[in-house]
Amino acid sequence: MLKIENLRKSFGRVKALDGLSLEVAPGELFAFLGPNGAGKTTTIRILNGLSKMDSGRALINKVDILEDPLAVKRLCGLVAQHANLDGELTVMENLDVHGRLYGMPGPERKKRAAEFLAYVELEDRAGSLVKTLSGGMKRRLMIARALTHGPGLLFLDEPTAGLDPAIRRRIWALVKKINRSGVTVFLTTHYIEEAEFLASRVCFVNEGRVVAAASPREVMDGLGQWAVDVYGPEGSETSFFGDRTEAAAFIQSADGAGSIRRVNLEDAFLRLTGRRVG
Amino acid sequence: MSSLMAVYLREMLILRRRMARQVLAMSVTPLLYVLTFGLALGGGVRVGDRSYLEFLIPGLAAMSSMTQAFAIAGEINVARFYLHVFEEFQAAPVPRLSFVLGETLAGLTRAFLAVSVVLILGALFGVRLDYGAPFWAALSLNSLAFASLAVALAMLVKTHADQALLSNFIITPMAFLGGTFFPLDALPAWAGTALGLLPLSHASRAARAGAFGLPWEPGPYLCLLGAAVVFFLLALWAVAKARD
Repeated sequence: MLKIENLRKSFGRVKALDGLSLEVAPGELFAFLGPNGAGKTTTIRILNGLSKMDSGRALINKVDILEDPLAVKRLCGLVAQHANLDGELTVMENLDVHGRLYGMPGPERKKRAAEFLAYVELEDRAGSLVKTLSGGMKRRLMIARALTHGPGLLFLDEPTAGLDPAIRRRIWALVKKINRSGVTVFLTTHYIEEAEFLASRVCFVNEGRVVAAASPREVMDGLGQWAVDVYGPEGSETSFFGDRTEAAAFIQSADGAGSIRRVNLEDAFLRLTGRRVG
Repeated sequence: MSSLMAVYLREMLILRRRMARQVLAMSVTPLLYVLTFGLALGGGVRVGDRSYLEFLIPGLAAMSSMTQAFAIAGEINVARFYLHVFEEFQAAPVPRLSFVLGETLAGLTRAFLAVSVVLILGALFGVRLDYGAPFWAALSLNSLAFASLAVALAMLVKTHADQALLSNFIITPMAFLGGTFFPLDALPAWAGTALGLLPLSHASRAARAGAFGLPWEPGPYLCLLGAAVVFFLLALWAVAKARD
């Protein structure tokens, strides 16, 4: 579905992408995980025609994004990080403008807009001005808008950033539903639990390069099942264990000054890069 | 065609929502000019065989068409830097031509609205002139030129503050020096020639000639058409440059 080869992008002297390569198969829910400034949004911006790459190559459905950008754009939907909606337009007007941008004929535009408003449970707000919606509603509307023209590949750039936990869970359920309907999802996030919950495959990105790409379970393999964080004067140190008994014994030996938890993707990221994701 | 309509429709929906305050805002400046220059200062002045107010109204119409067509830059700017709606256009399969045409047509619509406000204002003060095809053709070309320039500059600026500076350096001087308030042939020859090069000077001259029912001259129209074409091409180029 998506193939990126050796993508490079600099802003002045800052290398945002430094030879990034990856592949996403059709139907995957692919999480692109990394700390702020790792190159996640830059990658999405290049793939969607908002930024220019310095060098490299990207293919979507085997079409080079530079050779036929308009054709590629018809295949993709984008939910940007900012709520880039027209606040002075109604919910339905926002969807209508989007449908026209993608060349959808009138009846189809109306049908699909109504269908996707119901899909994101906003059908009762069709006539509301967007500026009256809550943050979570705006995010759901952005998702509906990105799906209206029927993309095969949906880019979600930090879709739950700034939302409260209950709304975040609702968005997660929606993303799962979209993926189950056959849409390939490319999700950037710096929320560990989001990637763990949603992704069929995660890709760690750090300083503009891919560090690892595998299923969440595979990425965490080798670390064990349990982690113990011991807090000392120089910060916390994490140790990993195969079973809970060993982990508990370790805490005892450290005078009980630690906490036990399941191993997560952040541990794997930390092990690979020496940095934390969040 | 559909994407062009989408760009235009979006601007029109926003304009419709703000129509009352927009018309009010479009009325204030011309009204002040009519009161101060047209009635207070120029009450007893005649320009050729016309009253100063009759001279002023077509010039104000030309000036308003310029300022309101150029005001589309502010809207694009807000869409680009604050609302980030411009990213929606960039991510969509919208050819540059559709985007620039859609925005310039939106600028043209705003300009026509502003010109209508000026003409109604003039009529309220007793000014009735010939607002036929030559008059509207001149103002259409003027609006297209400045709306295209607005799109181009809105794509090239990096911040909203830069946009305000451009208005200060381009639009405000042109409004005062482009033949709105005084006949350029009353100036020393060198000054008249220099200011006569400004697109607004051509628009004022052509609009006045049309409104006064004078014989049609192609010169100002061709100059405005040339400016519109150059600025439109500049806008097409600038849209491609707007990607980071």
